[in-house]
This record gives sequence, C-alpha cells and structure tokens, in this order.
Amino acid sequence: MTPPRWPLRMAGIGALMLVAASFWTLDLKLGDLLAPSSLAAMGRFAAEFFPPDLSPAFVARLSRGAIETLAMSVLGTLLAVALASLLCLPAARGAGGDRAAGPIAVRLLCNLLRSIPELVWASLLLVAAGLGPMSGTLALALHTTGVFGRLFAEAIENAPPGPAQALRVQGTRESLVLLYATLPQVAPQLLSYILYRWENNIRAAAILGVVGAGGLGQMLAFHLGLFQMGRAAGVIGAMVVLVYGVDLASYAARRTLVRSRD
Amino acid sequence: MTPPGVPGAPLRDPAWPRRCAVLAVAAVLLWPLCVATEFAPWRLLEPRSLAASLRFLASFLPPALAPDFLARVALGAWRTIAIATCGTVLALALAIPLALGATAALSISSIGGRMAVVPAAVRQCLRAAMVALRTIPELVWALLLVRVVGLGPTAGVLAIGLTYGGMLGKVYAEILESVDPQPARALLMNGSGRLHAFLHGLLPEATPELTSYTVYRWECAIRSSVVLGFVGAGGLGQEMDNSVRMLAGDEIATMLLVFVALVAGADLLSAWLRRLQQ
Repeated sequence: MTPPRWPLRMAGIGALMLVAASFWTLDLKLGDLLAPSSLAAMGRFAAEFFPPDLSPAFVARLSRGAIETLAMSVLGTLLAVALASLLCLPAARGAGGDRAAGPIAVRLLCNLLRSIPELVWASLLLVAAGLGPMSGTLALALHTTGVFGRLFAEAIENAPPGPAQALRVQGTRESLVLLYATLPQVAPQLLSYILYRWENNIRAAAILGVVGAGGLGQMLAFHLGLFQMGRAAGVIGAMVVLVYGVDLASYAARRTLVRSRD
Repeated sequence: MTPPGVPGAPLRDPAWPRRCAVLAVAAVLLWPLCVATEFAPWRLLEPRSLAASLRFLASFLPPALAPDFLARVALGAWRTIAIATCGTVLALALAIPLALGATAALSISSIGGRMAVVPAAVRQCLRAAMVALRTIPELVWALLLVRVVGLGPTAGVLAIGLTYGGMLGKVYAEILESVDPQPARALLMNGSGRLHAFLHGLLPEATPELTSYTVYRWECAIRSSVVLGFVGAGGLGQEMDNSVRMLAGDEIATMLLVFVALVAGADLLSAWLRRLQQ
C-alpha cells in the first residue's frame, strides 16, 4: 500500500512558497554582487589578505590563541559531560515508559539549554563572567549540557535491561547497578557522542571570541576591526588548521573505538 | 571476579586500582586546561559580579510585551527564517553541481575498472573545494562579507550559502555513493548521459535521504542565522545583540522565548516531514 501523496505535494508547495516569500521580503541585491565594479572590489578585498602575517612573534600569539581555543572546547565538553551525567538520570524514563513529571521537566530544561546557541549564551554570560575565555567555556558547557542530557538519557533508556535486572534481583544498590551494568553497556555510544560534540565545540570555540569570549575568534575580531588583513588571514588559517586537526584526531579516536569493540 | 553467591566472599572490583589511576591522571590533565581558559568559577560568586548577574537576571521578568517591540521581534524572526531559507537555497545551488561532479557513482571512466586519472583529479579538486567552503565557519564568512556587501541580510545569506554549500555537497555526494549503483551503471553502460543516469538511476532511490538531510540543514540554518545577526547580518540576532548591549533583560527574555519557539517549530516541522516520507 502506498501512502497518500497529497501531504508530500502540500509540503513541496509550502516549501516553494516559503522560498518565494523569503527572497521577496529580504530584497537581496545578489545581482549587484555580480556587477563588474563590486567584483573588482571583492577582488581587492581578497587580495588584502595576502600575504598572511606569519612572522614568528605573531605565530607565537596565534598558537597561544589556538591553545586557548582548544582548552575552551575540551573543558567546555568535559563540564557538559559532568553536568549532563547529573541531568540524564532524572531525565531517563523508567522501564515501563512512565510519564512522570520529573523526566518531562528535566527534558524541558535540556531542550531549553540546547536550543539557545553557544554564541547567544556567551553574549549573555559576559555580563556575569566578564570578557575572556571563561565565558566562552561556560557557554559551550551550557549548550552542550542540553545536547548531552537528552542523548545520554536516551542511551540509558535504550540500554538492554538484562544485566541491570540481573544485579537488581541480587539486591545490588541502584548506584552500583548504574556503574556496573548500565554504564559499561552505553559507554562506547556515549564516548562517540562526546567525540562528535567535541568536533562541534572546537568550531564553536573558534568563533565565540567574536563577542569577546576569548580564543582565536577574539583575535580575528580584533585584527579585522583594525583592518590588519594579513593578521586576520593568519587567524583564519590557524582556525582551519585547528578544526581540521581536531577532526582528524576525533576520527582516529572513533576508528580505534570501533575496532576495540569488534 | 568473585563467583556470585559465595557467602563471605569480598565484593571487590578487580579493576579498581586502574580506574582510580585513570581518574587521577585525568585530574592532573585538567589543571592546564583550567589555566588556559582562565577558569575560575568562584569569580562568579564575588559580591560585585554576583550582584550584577542577579540584577541582570531580575530584569528578565516580566518579558517585554510592548506592541511596537513585539512587532520588531516578529519582523526580526521572519527575517531570520528568510535568511536561513535563502541561504539554504543558495547552498543547494552550489551543492548540487559540486555533488554531481564529485560523486564516483556517475563516473563513466570507472565502468571498465579504475577511474581514469583526469576525472579522478577533477573529483579530488571538487572535494577539496567543498572542504575549504565548510571548514571556514559561517560566522567568519559573515564577518568578512559584512565588509564587502555591508551590514544586512545579504551577508548572512551568502555566509550560510557558502558554508552549507560545502556541507550539503559533501553529504549529497556520500548519499549518492551509498545507494545501489546498479541502475545508474546500467544506464551509463547503455550510453546515456550522466544527467540521465543521475535523474533515473540514482535520484529515485536517494530522494528521501537527500530531502531529509536538506530539511535538517535548514533547521540548522535557522540557528546559524540568529548567530550571524550578532555580527550585523540582520534578523533576530541583531535585535538580541542590541538588547544585550543595553542590558535590557526584559527584551532579551522575549526574544529568547521567540527564538526557542522558532527552533522548536522548525524541529517539529522537519520531524513531520521525515515521517511523511516513510
């Protein structure tokens, strides 16, 4: 039996209308962009980035910024793991799929944390934590806590219940059941979530500085503001290297994870 | 492992020393991280900064509901959606040719065995172009584009288009390579062109996955377009940035609520579309 086709058609027509309305109301001057004069201006702008500033003194500053960014992403992710471990237990529904108020409230909190982007958190946290990488780290931690809280809770819910039940009938305490039955089963999955989010967070950490939350982004905003394009190009290069390096490291870690499981 | 049920046997975790050692090493490694990020949470609790935070938080309630402010927020929210939508369309325009060029499933020269040198090189170049587009974050693209095209939604649309073009192109190429290659190969072997092989051999099978990924990316684009507003690309983000600068908590509260509703709405819509396809 094939499903009725009209909802799909309606969705398609809706999407087309959305696109038309968006282009109509935004009044983008995309045509002007392709005019020779603006193309020339763009070319001049791009040319200013060359050569990138790679003097030893600046590279030293770049590497300090890169280390700060890297540390922000790692610490932010770890803090989120710690916070989400606290949240995921009350967020996980019991074996019967009960609809208690507790899990729903905690899930709502996770959704709230998750749907506010890191950069928005950072700009709000600047009021409390001041300019600097700590605001960025906390912002990453808050957003990622929301993401992890839900993922961890789902992983715990979906873990095969057998081993936990075996310990429970022996009278084992609930905390030990979690540590020795549930956690070992979901650990590989949680680890791969954590690695995946770390990749995301290094990208976020690189740009959080634009609002003043430290790392390479802050350097980029600073040098662009002073029209030091060569230095800005250096910062962008450092960002690309950092993001690419973390991707490679995370990919390698995941490969070993998969192999060790087989 | 102690055999279960032996009375009086010590209940000891055999891996205990190793677990403790791992935790200790982790704690030592944490220290430089805290130094590098100037991480000192107790600074949040100093009387002065605590008072500032509490004042800021207290100003969130009640949310601002003045009619002219709400009208501004509604316009900002629509512009955010519109920037995300136009950006996604631009990304599609970029990604479809890149993906068609890069996917090995449409290679004619590889029918007889290995792909020829020139097409392989072209495909590698296209892949590298997509990597370059998506490794530069959209916010950086927007920061640069704001200087070229000026403040406003055009910079945001272009930034989303460029970054998401690279992402969509990569994933499209992977999806096209993951479906059954036989129909397309049969068409190519019988002399049909690559476009026909794509339209009749690959697309029918790949459509559900391609659309659901595209809708998912549109959802992400809404989140991005709010963030891009913070560097002057218009929409809800720009309004939010202004309110944060003025520490107008009541306005921030309203905008955060609108934004959360926006994201939840996009989430529901894309979940509904995915269900529709199955």
